[in-house]
Amino acid sequence: MKTFWWAALGVGLSGICLGAALDVGKDAANEQVIQVTAQRFTFTPNEIVVKKGRPVVLEFSSLDFVHGFNIPSLKLRADLPPGQITRVRFTPDRVGEHPFVCDNFCGEGHEDMHGRIVVKE
Amino acid sequence: MMQRRDFLRLLGVGGGAVFASGLAGRALAEVGSNKKAGAYDDFYFVQLSDTHWGYKGPANPDAANTLKNAVAAVNALKTQPDFIVFTGDLTHTTDDAQERRRRLAEFRDIVSGLKVENVRFMPGEHDASLDNGAAYRELFGETHYAFDHKGVHFIVLDNVSDPGARIGDAQLEWMKADLSRQKKNAPIVVLTHRPLFDLAPQWDWATRDGAKAIEILMPYANVTVFYGHIHQEHHHRTEHIAHHSAKSLVFPLPAPGSQEKRTPLPWDSAAPNKGLGFREVEAEVEALRYRITELPVSAS
Repeated sequence: MKTFWWAALGVGLSGICLGAALDVGKDAANEQVIQVTAQRFTFTPNEIVVKKGRPVVLEFSSLDFVHGFNIPSLKLRADLPPGQITRVRFTPDRVGEHPFVCDNFCGEGHEDMHGRIVVKE
Repeated sequence: MMQRRDFLRLLGVGGGAVFASGLAGRALAEVGSNKKAGAYDDFYFVQLSDTHWGYKGPANPDAANTLKNAVAAVNALKTQPDFIVFTGDLTHTTDDAQERRRRLAEFRDIVSGLKVENVRFMPGEHDASLDNGAAYRELFGETHYAFDHKGVHFIVLDNVSDPGARIGDAQLEWMKADLSRQKKNAPIVVLTHRPLFDLAPQWDWATRDGAKAIEILMPYANVTVFYGHIHQEHHHRTEHIAHHSAKSLVFPLPAPGSQEKRTPLPWDSAAPNKGLGFREVEAEVEALRYRITELPVSAS
């Protein structure tokens, strides 16, 4: 079984934790905060480049639907309700690429709503 | 015993059909390995899937005719099936609720031309996810149900009315209660749209709580799942449970996870309908077999 190599924490404004604990306060100054817009049928940006070893906060704003954000290879997912910011936190510790997908069926272009996270040194 | 080996010619293209009982030990042949395990009579049914009525695009420039041709092809079978099942995505999705109903009604009108009167339906996400199955239920009835046919118990599962691809606890409880009335060796067939296992979750080819359904099915010895969604033939096992996806009747999709996006395979004008098809599934009592072991003259 693959080592689960990202310490993961997803937090919406509702305060729901999705993954393992992370000392947010300690690493806050070092965080890579990236705003992502979800809108039928794209994520913007749909290629997210992050640095290995630095905590990442993805701040999702959904404009039109409860889109889903799912990175199966990292076992990270969240629903993205419109009208609020949904935060997904993790710390990448290995260089690589991880595809993500909207996994809440949102219409005719749903199959095109993809993206990827690229982890670099 | 049913002896027919009448492989289908699909829409004029040979080799488009799967004769599931020919998959020795993998498909419906294992629904019941013998009469004693769960007595049933031989029969066969036809599975059609992912017709996407209303689709207009380059992946199938002949989409206005493909479903009609499939109906004609099924009607032309020498021996008509006991029943026909459509495993979802009857129509192509639309945001317009009125247009959705119009497409569902047109689909219903076209398939009413099937000679076989016993036709079973279920929704796909294109039919049901944007309105939680409301239009589908108006025209076709319940999205999950069970029925029996000649000793085989069929369960139709809805994993699409929730846009998040959940079966949901209420439906899982219903299935559990339904199964509780079956013997552990009863022949059981599950019909659904999405794969119940994580085939390619990076392409949304999964059911979010499919593992719960498989767990409920696991105590039953003779379970086979037929599904659609992925627009191609695919065979998989979760322990003793076999899962068989069907081809589409609009456009084929690439092999699971083989590329970044699940874009349709391009239409081949030199070979129209390539990659499209439907299948017949035959439930037959396993033939008497002899196991032969060769032995030497002298004991060693």
